[in-house]
Amino acid sequence: MAKVKLKDVAQARSGDKGNSSDISLFAPNKQLFEVLKKEVTAEKVKEHFSGIVFGDVYRYEVPNVLALKFLCLEALGGGAPSSLRLDNLGKCFGGNLLRMEIEIIDEILDSLKVKDQ
Amino acid sequence: MGKIVKVGSGQGFYGDTIEPAVYMAEHSDVQYICFDTLAELTLAILQKDRQKDPTKGYPKDITNTMRKLLPFVKEKGIKLITNAGGINPEGAKNEVLRVAKELGITGIKVGVVTGDDIYDRIDEFQENGIDLKSNDSNEDLSRVREKILFASVYLGAQPIAEALNQGADIVITGRTTDTAQFLGPLIYEFGWEEQDWDKLASGILVGHLLECSGQGSGGNFSGDWYNVENLQSIGYPIAEVNEDGSFIVTKTVGSGGRVSIDTIKEQFLYEIHDPSTYITPDVIADFTTTEFEEIGENRVLVKNTTGRPAPPTLKALMGYKNGFLGQGMIGYSWPQALSKARAANEIIRSQIETLGIKVLDIHTEYLGYNALHGPLAQEIDEDLINEIFLKITICTEEREEATKLAKLFPPLTVNGPPYVGMISGLSPSRELLGLWSTLIPRETIESNINIEVFEVI
Repeated sequence: MAKVKLKDVAQARSGDKGNSSDISLFAPNKQLFEVLKKEVTAEKVKEHFSGIVFGDVYRYEVPNVLALKFLCLEALGGGAPSSLRLDNLGKCFGGNLLRMEIEIIDEILDSLKVKDQ
Repeated sequence: MGKIVKVGSGQGFYGDTIEPAVYMAEHSDVQYICFDTLAELTLAILQKDRQKDPTKGYPKDITNTMRKLLPFVKEKGIKLITNAGGINPEGAKNEVLRVAKELGITGIKVGVVTGDDIYDRIDEFQENGIDLKSNDSNEDLSRVREKILFASVYLGAQPIAEALNQGADIVITGRTTDTAQFLGPLIYEFGWEEQDWDKLASGILVGHLLECSGQGSGGNFSGDWYNVENLQSIGYPIAEVNEDGSFIVTKTVGSGGRVSIDTIKEQFLYEIHDPSTYITPDVIADFTTTEFEEIGENRVLVKNTTGRPAPPTLKALMGYKNGFLGQGMIGYSWPQALSKARAANEIIRSQIETLGIKVLDIHTEYLGYNALHGPLAQEIDEDLINEIFLKITICTEEREEATKLAKLFPPLTVNGPPYVGMISGLSPSRELLGLWSTLIPRETIESNINIEVFEVI
């Protein structure tokens, strides 16, 4: 087992709708998609964004592109045109999600490293 | 091989560069270039423009867009579909006609779609029992009713198809869904019926993958972004669409960027909430059935998107006055840059209190440390930090209160911690805008849509 940051194994993009942040997280292969399904739950994402996301977090599974989607409510300081934050559109929420650490068994991690080389 | 319709992405927002569209017009064989220029907050900007001058209220860059592209409309028969009518499609149309005249171009037709602007119909709706409650909170409209600055409904693709049907070479609309500009030409070209749900859903996906311009061809890519070539001359995405709704995403040959499954899948799920239920006025699209296949360099085949019947309501978005924002910024250098910025934050906050500035909300950010990460930023060894900028932002009821904050910053250069790098304490205050989204029965809106076509003579 190894602890890795999502940054090292996944892609993410985020956007806004009103006061909600909408984040997509993509796995590079099926094995890792299964790991993400288990490790990156709506509850963990809500906890990860403590102090910045104040509403519920919903998760959608999108297996055709090996992705998880997170809809975070009350996340943007009132919504872009009301927000006092520099990142008023939540464009950096994707990067912020990639900070999360997950547990991956060595075998799966090794397969990714081989692919990278 | 059957008929193929080629649509390209022109601009993804008000202020986006026009150069990729010009390159596309010159070097590809697209039949349509489509523009999504209205983000949620764009109408607030346009509303302020219209207040100053009633002939304005549309994205000003339509002038440059038309100067660059009208020659291709005339010479190559490329059609332009844009929602750069903003809150004044009529005004935008007049500007297009003016530019055509300036360029000496005649014989082209400009279609204008109106009926999205409901600012003057709010009382009428409420009298007819349409409560306009908030989609988000279910709250009654009364709290913000008197503060509303603009109100418009997201129209779908059918009015655009109809304008094309009436011979328009250029179609100008106000608020539409981001995808409508792309689906409209496909409905017109293929004669898709209003109940061809799977085809309509595929057309929605064409629009969705193209509506954010460079985000669909290698821009803002979170994968190996450092390997994406020639972003300085990025080509915006193009879809080559078949009658059955399947399509190939590509970009103009010779342009920069990258079209691959990895780059376009990030746009595929962008801002759509539930991917199985993407609600539009034209169809409810299900993106969980969609399949992707890389069939060549910068060519991805997209197929098997499915759809369900369109909803009985349309979404309206209103903007209301929501106080004022005041801000100030100051930079500190090594050593102890973060500590100094934190001390300055304490000084300013204490002065706000002493002076009794009426603050509804206050927010502190340290640029270079946590401005983009908030509470998720990691602690760092302060000795490794070269510089930090303190930014304080406040929200107030009155503009006068908001402007008071900025005046507290310049004295810090002589009264506060040492090694001040830069101040911009005098950044202007601005009005904040609340967004109110609600649902309206579609027949109330659709019976009021008007399509007119003008010929440039």
